[in-house]
Amino acid sequence: MRTVNRRDFLKAAAASAGFAALGGCASMEAGGGKNHVVVIGGGFGGATAARYLKHWGGANVNVTLIERDQEFVSCPLSNLIIGGSKSLPDITRGYASLAKERVRIVHDEVVAIDAEKRTVKLASGQSMGYERLVMSPGVEFQWDQVPALQDAAAREQILHAWKAGPQTLTLRKQLEAMPDGGVFAITIPLAPYRCPPGPYERACQAAHYFKQAKPKSKVLVLDANDKIVSKPALFDKIFKEMYGGMIEYRPNSRLMDVDVATRTAKLEFDDVKADVLNVVPPQRAADIAKNTGLITTNNKWCDVDWLTMESKVQPRIHILGDAVLAAPAMPKSGHMANQHGKIAAAAIIELLDGRAPNSTPVAVNTCYSFVDDKKVIHVSSVHQYNAEKKLLETVKDSGGLSKEANELEGEYALSWAQNIWADMLG
Amino acid sequence: MKLFFALLLCVSVAPNVFAHGSGSDRLARNLAATCANCHGTEGHSVGKVAALAGKPAQDTIGKLTEFKEGKRPATIMHQIAKGFTDEQLRLIADYFAAQK
Repeated sequence: MRTVNRRDFLKAAAASAGFAALGGCASMEAGGGKNHVVVIGGGFGGATAARYLKHWGGANVNVTLIERDQEFVSCPLSNLIIGGSKSLPDITRGYASLAKERVRIVHDEVVAIDAEKRTVKLASGQSMGYERLVMSPGVEFQWDQVPALQDAAAREQILHAWKAGPQTLTLRKQLEAMPDGGVFAITIPLAPYRCPPGPYERACQAAHYFKQAKPKSKVLVLDANDKIVSKPALFDKIFKEMYGGMIEYRPNSRLMDVDVATRTAKLEFDDVKADVLNVVPPQRAADIAKNTGLITTNNKWCDVDWLTMESKVQPRIHILGDAVLAAPAMPKSGHMANQHGKIAAAAIIELLDGRAPNSTPVAVNTCYSFVDDKKVIHVSSVHQYNAEKKLLETVKDSGGLSKEANELEGEYALSWAQNIWADMLG
Repeated sequence: MKLFFALLLCVSVAPNVFAHGSGSDRLARNLAATCANCHGTEGHSVGKVAALAGKPAQDTIGKLTEFKEGKRPATIMHQIAKGFTDEQLRLIADYFAAQK
């Protein structure tokens, strides 16, 4: 993988019938071997899986993590940048600690997967063999469902800011440039989408900023769903009591298209003009999952075996995070992706060793949402494996919500971020 | 003597050096890992939320049981503890007690 020689060798090996045997030797050279696990995507799911594969598997598992970005930028907490209480460095972490724990980090992009030959092809032209593949590819935005935003230049003006990074900063700048008395509108796609409470948290963050800096302004929440998707009673109360007269919530407001020049949201039954328009687009599993034939359901999501996170259609490929067809009441969250990563890591170690995977996996979820710069509300759930239904199922009477927005949970939410970032990246 | 047989069993059953502890050890490890998002990897919290590593098992299981029974005030743990069986909570408490 590091040398031209190896690349040529792999190419030749892939073309030969004896690839399986040769592949092992070839991978050895790159720290691979028959226990080589390739992980695609260094976000909450993939980085966690990579770290725990080494943490639990030790020297007998070789792990390569392929990630296109040089640094990890956290989506959780990124709404605080939009609200003005955090900056980009606060939510950015590097991959150096993970590399020190002997996860081989390759900053590149996977362009194709050959599931038969068990190789991944990178944008740089290199190929890599694997014994098992872990994919945590995230979501693709379905711009075909918002036709005017198929144009990349239009997307520079009407932002999603649904992958944290430059767009997060630009959306903040758009709000800063908006005159007092202006309208910020955010559109929400039909569930399921990444981070169920995120759009409502963002509405609160914008309102929190407006209250201080431009109190005559308005926040319009245009929701394709018929009610608030996450923490509905709490958000409803906060919209009315903390931000009464400022946040207006409109259910059943499905976005059909936008007019870029006038920043107008074209809804099914109405047109709404805004000063700053923010479109959270409809989503599906990322292209690499689609192109590998891993999407099984509604042309959107990838069904998995919950004991191993292995694809229902491609053996030896494990899928994590937002791309997965979620079990009932399981959110697409960073916290949940982390838990997927641990289930997959534990199962892969058992499988590499010729043993049965853990038959009773458990996943916990907690989503904290900041309703201003300090106060937080949470939703939590615990999911245990039901062998009959072959599903991770929420445990009856477990989980729940905050009683009300409070500052103590604001401190816990910041602590959560520090711990989960360390848990995935070392 | 018991230990000798236990070791012998490990050597003869385990296919290679891959195995880290017994099946129940790995089950406890997996369960404890569900806590790491808030309480830190292996219970070593780097934030305000309590570290669990090295805490006596009696203390941890006592608190978890009180959370589960609704006898101990909490923001979230009363909801999460209810999602685990008593046996799972005991495995988690024992696992964290053994962490340095």
